[in-house]
Amino acid sequence: MEEQVKTTGINEQEEYVINMGPQHPSTHGVLRLVVSLKGEIVKNVEPHVGYIHRGIEKMCESITYPQIIHLTDRMDYLSAHINNEAVCLNVEKALEIEIPDRVKVIRTIMAELTRIQSHQLFWATFGMDLGGLTCFFYGLRDRERILDIWEETCGSRMIVSYSCPGGLMYDIHPNFQKRVKDFIKYFRKTLPEYDQLLTGNVIFRERTMGIGKLSLEDAVSFGVTGPVGRAAGFSCDVRKYEPYSAYDRVKFNEVLFTEGDTYHRYLVRMEEMRESMNIIDQLIDNIPEGQYAVKMKPVIKLPEGEYYQRVETARGELGVYIVSDGNKNPFRIKFRSPNFVNLAALNMMSKGFKIADLVAISGSLDLIIPDIDR
Amino acid sequence: MKKEEFKDNESLELLRKSGTNILLTTVDSVINWGRKNSLWPLTFATSCCGIEMMATGAPRHDFARFGMEVYRASPRQADVIVVAGTIVNKMAPVLKRLYDQMSEPKYVVAMGACAISGGPFFLNSYSVVKGVEHVIPVDVYVPGCPPRPEALLYGMLQLQRKIETENIKSRKKRIAEHSTK
Repeated sequence: MEEQVKTTGINEQEEYVINMGPQHPSTHGVLRLVVSLKGEIVKNVEPHVGYIHRGIEKMCESITYPQIIHLTDRMDYLSAHINNEAVCLNVEKALEIEIPDRVKVIRTIMAELTRIQSHQLFWATFGMDLGGLTCFFYGLRDRERILDIWEETCGSRMIVSYSCPGGLMYDIHPNFQKRVKDFIKYFRKTLPEYDQLLTGNVIFRERTMGIGKLSLEDAVSFGVTGPVGRAAGFSCDVRKYEPYSAYDRVKFNEVLFTEGDTYHRYLVRMEEMRESMNIIDQLIDNIPEGQYAVKMKPVIKLPEGEYYQRVETARGELGVYIVSDGNKNPFRIKFRSPNFVNLAALNMMSKGFKIADLVAISGSLDLIIPDIDR
Repeated sequence: MKKEEFKDNESLELLRKSGTNILLTTVDSVINWGRKNSLWPLTFATSCCGIEMMATGAPRHDFARFGMEVYRASPRQADVIVVAGTIVNKMAPVLKRLYDQMSEPKYVVAMGACAISGGPFFLNSYSVVKGVEHVIPVDVYVPGCPPRPEALLYGMLQLQRKIETENIKSRKKRIAEHSTK
């Protein structure tokens, strides 16, 4: 009997390395995780990136500023509008252009709609990762309604390219306000359904509560932002601290929790959907009249210098850093993408948990792989 | 496009010219009917098109109406690989291996501008594969950036039509062509 225990003891010391990805349904794209296991316990997670590295930053150096907008869509495609906004705000800041109030308000509404649909998709896929396929159907059913609003106004479903330096590509559709209001009315009724399905589910709570804890100190030292950081108590909402567009004229709460586990990362997103609806409620009835874009020069040239603008995407803080040498295309452009930074904390968060928990933890980070690799 | 106008398939023309016997044609049509109505796609998405692919499987557009309901996570169980998104140089060998792992009959749908030609990353990018046909043979191209779910559905229906026209000869020829590539 004793011998048997000994032999198993020897076997357990061996680390077993498995490869999760690049093609794996729960890595949400082409992320490759090299996982060292001891039995079923995760010892080390090593993310390998670059499977969708398209060289966007380098490409940006050879194209003009209005063209860059269309590439930023394809980075974090679930926060497409907010990415556009980041570049536009940076260019406008560099040129010192005052944009009309109408543009600011419309941009904010669009950004909040973006946040809602992104969190809806998170809810859908997170439920699916944990084995609840129903969530997938509910989440995407409601997401289509936002896409319909966009399609009417922007002409595109997901990759909107709606902002451009100096304003918007075109004015909103006459139906826009009515349809957004209809959606808010509908979604306020539907959101409790989400809670009934998943938040209160015993299996779901068992699988997420206390899993993948991230302390406040670690969150700050890793630079984790967005819902992941706010679940750990790190108050990092750029909308609050550095208000851009119309965020300085609306009242909203920053959703903060202190637990920092998978369950609370999920809760932050659920609450943020409610906050986003509140923001839209405050703005939708009083969109100011005026121009939808400022007349810009046909060729936009930024004055020499360095410019930085940060915005809050659905996943955290996106920073756009432009170095200009006075030409029509940037000398260097750098995106500080939230996903890349959040991914760094994955190893620390998943150490000591089971491999099935790794799926829950990486799902709760809500990673978008093209944003990591760019 | 009507079914009668679907002439760009070699096998269809071959079939008409050679006039194969009735028995073989009947067997073929039965096999093809079975194959075309249970196309199981692989969950393979690299970027934005993947979200539209998910939307195609979601309630509004509902893939399952045409027999493509089950997304398979393993290439060994999948019939069709929908290349949804950009393929970069680092990913190309992985895609090739995934394709090789699939068992015959296997089909490829290139979804979106990136998979067709590199799309928005055609110029100035140092790492993007300019079209997935450099790596694996493609059956159907679905243009768009990203294509609408309806477009993907149409592409999949076209693939079904293509399968309908297959016979033993063309199937053997196809396998031989693909294995040399």
